[in-house]
Amino acid sequence: MLKQQKDYVLHTVEERGVRLVRLWFTDVLGNLKSFAISPAELENALEDGMTFDGSAIDGYSRIQESDVLAMPDANTFEVLPFGDTMTPEARVFCNIHNLDGSPFDGDPRQVLKRNLQVAQQLGFDFYVAPDMEFFYFAPPVAGQPPQPLDAAGFFDLTTTDVAGTLRKQTIRTLETMSIPVEYSFHEDAPSQHEIDLRHTDAMTMADSIMTFRLIVKEVAAQQGVHATFMPKPLEGVQGSGMHMHLSLFRGDENAFYDEDDLYNLSPTAKAFMAGLLYHASEITAITNQTVNSYKRLVPGFEAPVHISWARNNRSGLIRVPIPKKANPTATRLEYRSPDPATNPYLAFSVLLAAGLRGIKEGYELPAEADANLFEMSDAELAKLGIAQLPQSLSDSLRVMEGSSLVFEALGEHIFEWFLRNKRSEWRAYKTHVSQFEHDRYLRSL
Amino acid sequence: MDALAVFPDPPPPELARTLDVAGYSWLSVSSPEDAAKNEPPGGWAGAVVVADADPDGAWALCRAMRKKDRNVTRLLVLVSGRQLGDLELRDELFDDFCLTPFHPSEVEARLRHLVWRQGTTDVRQDLVEYTGLVLNLDTYQASIDSRPIDLTYMEYELLKFLAQNPGKVFTRETLLSRVWGYEYYGGARTVDVHIRRLRAKLGEEHANLIQTVRSVGYRFGQSRWSSASPTS
Repeated sequence: MLKQQKDYVLHTVEERGVRLVRLWFTDVLGNLKSFAISPAELENALEDGMTFDGSAIDGYSRIQESDVLAMPDANTFEVLPFGDTMTPEARVFCNIHNLDGSPFDGDPRQVLKRNLQVAQQLGFDFYVAPDMEFFYFAPPVAGQPPQPLDAAGFFDLTTTDVAGTLRKQTIRTLETMSIPVEYSFHEDAPSQHEIDLRHTDAMTMADSIMTFRLIVKEVAAQQGVHATFMPKPLEGVQGSGMHMHLSLFRGDENAFYDEDDLYNLSPTAKAFMAGLLYHASEITAITNQTVNSYKRLVPGFEAPVHISWARNNRSGLIRVPIPKKANPTATRLEYRSPDPATNPYLAFSVLLAAGLRGIKEGYELPAEADANLFEMSDAELAKLGIAQLPQSLSDSLRVMEGSSLVFEALGEHIFEWFLRNKRSEWRAYKTHVSQFEHDRYLRSL
Repeated sequence: MDALAVFPDPPPPELARTLDVAGYSWLSVSSPEDAAKNEPPGGWAGAVVVADADPDGAWALCRAMRKKDRNVTRLLVLVSGRQLGDLELRDELFDDFCLTPFHPSEVEARLRHLVWRQGTTDVRQDLVEYTGLVLNLDTYQASIDSRPIDLTYMEYELLKFLAQNPGKVFTRETLLSRVWGYEYYGGARTVDVHIRRLRAKLGEEHANLIQTVRSVGYRFGQSRWSSASPTS
């Protein structure tokens, strides 16, 4: 680590009177984990890392050795803009290492780092801009359905104000945490909101999404509101997606842009898109990792169901937004199936791996599917060669299990652990007898 | 590092020993004239003025140094307990003080804090100021309209580089090599990403401190050419 960088962090801690430094990292399921150290420990932590027992962290456990080393990435050091201003706290993201210094295979951040290096060897920088959707609810009560703010009597008087103020406050907090916002608006469903983040390199963006989810929940909680990234919290209205706008840069140039092409897409963009389409089913368990994720991926709610692409067709998996003529750097592919409950490090890893496979192998891009696919019959779709995304967590795990691409991208440790963990989630779900079944079968059968 | 001026001449042996142990080079001076005559070409690194034996001479020296360099040289005065009252109404004449008999490590700590930056005597070089924006290069802290802004290391480095060179246009490549120059994520686009983050942190009313110069790069503050026109 650079001396100036370390000095900068240590000085800031002193000047701002930071009382606690939170070391952040992410478990395999995408939950933010943290342990706090006092400023006195910080210099030592920046130099040599902090050892902790990884066996308590989902996906970190191993048979022989459970201790791992958290190495702070000083570049991500920031004072947290919430909490008690008299006793400020700061956070820094960590890379997890084995005690011998090698990268720890169970750390999603290390997995993304490795995948980004593959892209860099080909001369590419991977950029992502996500559209983050989420719901605000009244504080959840066990056994009760979620109460949207717009409908819940509790908030009737101040409904519009509460949500609007929350969103404004959230955006201000995000921007002080180096997370610029592009757009924000109330989404279609009651109490649903969307905040679109401005594109940045995939590693910074994965860190930003972890921070984003915390800030949204934190700012809401201060007003007694519960924010959730659950993919489909309410039946009959849209779920929450996390559309990802993907691009590759070669130095200063957008590698997806081609002035002469009909679609303004370069051969690189087309091959990358072909890779995404070809491997879409294999990576769906990662981009949509919960039982609930698949209740969003159904026809009629602007979520993709079919593996197809088009310029302006929101029923397909990939949309190619038409860039403004003046700004070729905005050329990108919008991958629409992921939801905000995903682990961003792993999702970016498999998306990148799928796209790069397309480039390396020179995949052919299928024809654009610009009709409304929701209105086509299965026979028509089959004739066009358009398949569907996996229909359930169980389906997507089965496809992932056979995927050498996902195995390589995630590494054996996470690949095996993820399948094991998610299978047990599916088993738990399968044994559950739901209200739907009671309503439908109890009387009639 | 240039020498410290130490008053009186000779200084108390305990003080001489403390400065030697702490590794400062120093010269004892007997009067304001003496201090002016022996001043190193780069100016004094600071001054340690013992006021308990000859208070009038001590304050005269402080006053002369303040007048000469307009508060640049940092002054540490050593006073006895019964002289504490003398400090009143003389706030402008010293930066910090220490009671005699002094503890060597206290003098050392206060001195280190006063003349923090090695190799320079000009404290003003350590502040970069531009219409409400202040960067303190000593402490790495930034503020806008006296409100502190929290920056990441690279955001701070980028803002520092730009603010130290107001009015000049820099290409992305130049900024990358001058500001980053080591391993980083994201390639050349990183510059745009950081500029956007900085603008957000500067706030709406100051976001235009950093201007985009179309198809060239970025400029901090007013162009040196347009500053002649009052309307721009």
